[in-house]
Amino acid sequence: MEYEVSVGMECHAELLTNSKMFCGCENAFGGDANTRTCPVCLGLPGSLPVFNKAAVEHVIRTALALNCEISMHTIFHRKNYFYPDLPKGYQISQYGQTPIGINGYLEIETPEGAIKKIHITRVHLEEDTGKSIHIDGLGYSVMDYNRSGVPLMEIVTEFPPDVQSGEEAAQYAENLRSVLLYLGVSDGRMEQGSLRVEPNPSVRPEGSEKYGVKTELKNLNSFRAVRLGVEYEAARHVEVLESGGVIVQGTYGWNDEKGETFLQRPKEFEQEYRYFPEPDLIPIDFDEDYIERLRVTIPELPLAKKRRLMEQYGLPSSDAALLAQDQASAAYFEKAAKSAGDPRAVANWMSGDLTRLANAANTPVYATPITAENLRELVTLIEKGTITGKIAKSLIEDMFTTGKTASALVAEKGLKVTGADEALSIVQKVIAANPDVVAKIKAGNEKSAGFLVGQIMKEAKGQARPDDVNRLLKEELDKL
Amino acid sequence: MALTPDDVRKVGSLARLALSDNEIARLTPQLNDLLAQFARLQELNTDDVPPTSHAVPVKALLREDVTAPSLPREEVLRLSPHVDEYIGGFIVPQVIGE
Ligand SMILES: [Zn+2]
Repeated sequence: MEYEVSVGMECHAELLTNSKMFCGCENAFGGDANTRTCPVCLGLPGSLPVFNKAAVEHVIRTALALNCEISMHTIFHRKNYFYPDLPKGYQISQYGQTPIGINGYLEIETPEGAIKKIHITRVHLEEDTGKSIHIDGLGYSVMDYNRSGVPLMEIVTEFPPDVQSGEEAAQYAENLRSVLLYLGVSDGRMEQGSLRVEPNPSVRPEGSEKYGVKTELKNLNSFRAVRLGVEYEAARHVEVLESGGVIVQGTYGWNDEKGETFLQRPKEFEQEYRYFPEPDLIPIDFDEDYIERLRVTIPELPLAKKRRLMEQYGLPSSDAALLAQDQASAAYFEKAAKSAGDPRAVANWMSGDLTRLANAANTPVYATPITAENLRELVTLIEKGTITGKIAKSLIEDMFTTGKTASALVAEKGLKVTGADEALSIVQKVIAANPDVVAKIKAGNEKSAGFLVGQIMKEAKGQARPDDVNRLLKEELDKL
Repeated sequence: MALTPDDVRKVGSLARLALSDNEIARLTPQLNDLLAQFARLQELNTDDVPPTSHAVPVKALLREDVTAPSLPREEVLRLSPHVDEYIGGFIVPQVIGE
């Protein structure tokens, strides 16, 4: 039997703010345990939460970027449960019909290059929990509340799910992360848990209207893990169903080394969170002006940028995708490609030598000593035939270490392309010096010409244009 | 809709309250009396009344995103009798999973 895969996507992103959601404690990662807490984020009696404006605006801007409607009257709720990571005994969250953002979508690109809309049902604001520390052999857990009360945004896809494979789940996660980075609302570090992607895969026989039992996947620390985790879990569901079993509802972890999921916690009963409106917080009312002022701050988004780079500069999809991964790289490229003859050459230098140099120095491509203008000049010098690609390859190393422009280095080193006249005399000289090789070529061993080309390039110190050399050598040999 | 003693036991366990049979016997009619009060409110026609989550007619205040000093860790840890001094955290029963 054939099965269809459906994947609901739940993503949590810690928001990039200076302070926590409801108090002035610093919002940061790492550091000594329990050094960033106060009565509010410890849930001490008598403390009162106050909204962080930046966090609210981050969620509004994300919701707008995800094509959501904004609830002009938004309400906060208490989600009640007992767990040591939750010092108040409840999490402040948004339940029901009026989260900040509703009914949006995120576009992803299928492997065939088609656009697919992934519908989003809600974008809401809540607070993160504390962190439990386990050390083997202690026999107890230790709580660190530094993370307690850090602003957290939850983004949930619509049911029935649009995502239908592990590949699409990874695409969705990757594109969502890019959007968050573009907006500057999250640092999107999956390995640190500031972006948590939790797919809920289910399978059903093809054509069946009823959706299968879903399981929740956690601990997916990379896009690759998202893809593999969903693929593994969907295949496992099919196997269980084919052998007449039932899917055990629950939370499954992902073991990256073994490449398999494992049951973390079965869902024995429907959790009852007894949500009710948070009496300590007044609903927030937005007005149209405020939303419009935030709307104009939304930049061109990653997928739109990628497609524009392809169209405007004739870049292949892979190059454009790489550049559109972050705004600074794309801006660097556009600055360098402006008025350069072949934008693809600029993209090639960026993805090739420049990336290699930047990686070795552990800096992003756009922040190396080679400015966009310098890269443009280098490419232009090659296009005009002033220098060869080979010289450019050594020049870019010097440009990187010295920060000088290509033309300054050309002048300094006396580098220039060997002219055709000069090349001709070198060709003649090399032919005269190697009568035995010439004889072999004349006898039909064409391969020996490669030796002569090598000698000529060596003589020209690599500054002769290969086209010139090949042409002149053939002409001179034909004369003999 | 009247609550049964089992309902009360369940609500108690959600709130982590270990209720004795005596307490359940006492609390069940009390909670049912409260529900009866709410049932009277339910009789009102609220078709034209927008859902109200807060009774005070004030606007929510948003604070600027600036940090304020946190509490010194020693002061925070002093709140609990069970502290792991080395990690600088609160000791709780072992948490499995996550
Ligand atoms: Zn705090």
